[in-house]
Amino acid sequence: MIEVVNLVKRYGKFTAVDNLSFTVPPGTLYGFLGPNGAGKTTTMRMIAQILRPTSGDILIGGVPTWEKPQVIKQMIGYIPDRPYVYDKLTGAEFVRFVAALYGQEGNTVERRMNELLEVFELTPWRDELTESYSHGMRQKLIIASAFAHRPEVIVVDEPMVGLDPKSARTLKDLFREYVGRGGTVLMSTHTLEIAEGMCDRIAIIQRGQLLAEGTMGELRAQSASGDESLEALFLRLTGGLRETTMDALFDE
Amino acid sequence: MSEVLPVALRLPPPQPSLGQLLTPKWRGALARSRSEERGRGARLLLFALVGAVFWTAAFGICYRVLRYVSTQEIGVLLASKMLGIIFLAFTAILLLSNIITAISSFFLARDLDLLVAAPVHWFRLYLAKLAETAGHSSWMVILIAVPILTAYGMVFDGGMLFPFVVIAALIPFVLLPATIGAAVTLVLVNVFPARRIRDLLTLVMLGAVAGLALLLRVLRPEQLARPEGFQSLVEFLELLRAPTNPFLPTEWAADMIMNWLRHVADPLPVALLYTTAGAFVILGGWLHGRLFRDGYSKSQEGSEKFVRGVTWSRWLSRLAGGLSPARREFLLKDVRLFFRDPSQWSQLILLGVLLVVYIFNIQSLPLFSGEEVPFFLVTAVTFLNLGLAGFVLAAIAARFVFPSVSLEGRQLWLIQSSPLEFSTLLISKYWLGTVPLLVLAVFITVVTNLLLQASAFMMAVSVGTIILFTLAAAALALCFGAYYPKFNTENAAQIPTGFGGLVFMMSSISLLGLLIAIEAIPVGAYLRAQQFDYPFRFTPLLGLAGLSVVAICVATTVISLRLAVRRMQALEE
Repeated sequence: MIEVVNLVKRYGKFTAVDNLSFTVPPGTLYGFLGPNGAGKTTTMRMIAQILRPTSGDILIGGVPTWEKPQVIKQMIGYIPDRPYVYDKLTGAEFVRFVAALYGQEGNTVERRMNELLEVFELTPWRDELTESYSHGMRQKLIIASAFAHRPEVIVVDEPMVGLDPKSARTLKDLFREYVGRGGTVLMSTHTLEIAEGMCDRIAIIQRGQLLAEGTMGELRAQSASGDESLEALFLRLTGGLRETTMDALFDE
Repeated sequence: MSEVLPVALRLPPPQPSLGQLLTPKWRGALARSRSEERGRGARLLLFALVGAVFWTAAFGICYRVLRYVSTQEIGVLLASKMLGIIFLAFTAILLLSNIITAISSFFLARDLDLLVAAPVHWFRLYLAKLAETAGHSSWMVILIAVPILTAYGMVFDGGMLFPFVVIAALIPFVLLPATIGAAVTLVLVNVFPARRIRDLLTLVMLGAVAGLALLLRVLRPEQLARPEGFQSLVEFLELLRAPTNPFLPTEWAADMIMNWLRHVADPLPVALLYTTAGAFVILGGWLHGRLFRDGYSKSQEGSEKFVRGVTWSRWLSRLAGGLSPARREFLLKDVRLFFRDPSQWSQLILLGVLLVVYIFNIQSLPLFSGEEVPFFLVTAVTFLNLGLAGFVLAAIAARFVFPSVSLEGRQLWLIQSSPLEFSTLLISKYWLGTVPLLVLAVFITVVTNLLLQASAFMMAVSVGTIILFTLAAAALALCFGAYYPKFNTENAAQIPTGFGGLVFMMSSISLLGLLIAIEAIPVGAYLRAQQFDYPFRFTPLLGLAGLSVVAICVATTVISLRLAVRRMQALEE
């Protein structure tokens, strides 16, 4: 469903994404992992067409994004890592606005909005300005609005940050249900237990380059790591912990 | 871990210096000034040029006035009085801006969580934030004061040490309103939530400015220039000798400077100024120690839950029913955000005052009150009025249309990732800004032309030009707003105050100048026809002039909008 081919993004002399290629099959929950500054957010923003790649291609459903940008945007629901919403709109007005951006309106949107707000327990706050929302509530509102236009692909950056355990569980169930019905999710996360438990396939990147890709089994086989947990695998692939540094920190 | 000292025995950590606390601020300002943005050289050059022109003009006017005054017998007295009045005006501005700034720097700034959570002593935090508030609120006033005080120094032979005397007078002078502003804010935040306070104060400030502008206009200061205004010279001199108010620090600061210039050794104003400023800082610090923690805690709780404009939103939604859902919701969103943000809609109050003052000025012109004024002069004034109205409209476009792209700010990701075309977004923003501007433009032009008893020809020329100019100026505002966005500004009123706003104003004024220069051809021909009493005929030259005006305005509108779309497409947050 998502094909990333030789993708490069440079900011001046700094290369954030370096010749990255991977494929997310349809109906898959795909985990996108990497240390801070690895290039995950930049890649996801390029897939959502917020950033322009320096070179390389992104194909959605086999079509390059530059060929039919509007059609492809219509297929995607993007959930950013920072929940910036319009402070002076109410929650309901915000969801309605996002649905309209994707060309949807009327009773269908109202019904779907009510369902989504109910799922995320935002109904009591639906008619209040979002400036009075907490970080987690804003995050839930953005997630709800990304589902409002029934996208075929969800690109989601760090969805669990700021969510309470119940909401995190709801989101996990939602993603699994969505994937079970044929949807595709590309999700970046630092919570390795979630990635290990939820994702069908995982890609690990560092310094903008792909380190490993596949199912948990394939990743273990690639790195000949036996029954290692994703955390151990991730740490080993990305350079591990520097225990000497820790000693230095706490020595007087 | 090594031996752990019981908490009760531990000493507080060494405190950071004021310089360290303020490092992020001055480093940030330095980094911003050094940032290698596009066109930085041109930007600096333009700012330097505008600054030099302003300073030269302010210095020139002050120097001429003071030079003239100094030759009179009551010269020094008058100069002293003028300085007192200037300082009084500065204090009024400083008080208002310090209160507004103090709310941000003491209660809403993003670095506060970090500072409040750190073991920084409250008095040190107070001093750092006071310095920040005073700096933010006072730099513009000080920039304005420099040419004025330079003129004082030069006319009254201040000598080499005069700048140091001025600096010594200005430090406590700007510190006093800052301490008062911080204290007032502190008390208010303890009573109301900070976010509501800022809204309230924005309104109070606008009301004060609007009231002052109206008062000044209604008092008709031009009448003071008439000799019959002075009833008694003795009374006038008495008024000059007496200080405005001996308890006002503005008077002490003015006295400190004037005493130096008059070579009078009087330590009283210096002592009063410094002891009062010192006492205010200490009292302010004490108040901060008592009230800040509660106030800061309260300021974190207050956000608006009241939703304004639900009913009219529905009406507008029905009215815009013919538009596509994306266009309609985008339009509604912009209207809602405007009327729910007091820093935005409250500007309409100023706009109303500006309009009243403008029309009042036109009505006050002595064109039809005394001797008969030649038709030529009336037409010339009508033509000039077109230029003035155009300038006013450009300024309004700068305030309301220019910021519209910047206001998408951090939500730009939403638009960029949605299938909404940028052209749709910009066209929506364009018409939302242009339609009210057009109504205003036609209203100003028709009303003032009626007051000026303009002929039908001049009315047609004025209304036609102002409509075309408004269409072009709004497009220019949108274009420059897209090229020079400020995505991180919280206050919409600050967006057009940067380089982009300046370039927009210069471009639209140049456009206006060009239109007026071209229209001078038909207006000149019309005037000659009226003067020599022969019929006014349409000639190819007149047609060409009219067509040129239309072509220039249409081209400016279309090219600006296209450039804005292209710029939006190239924007990467």
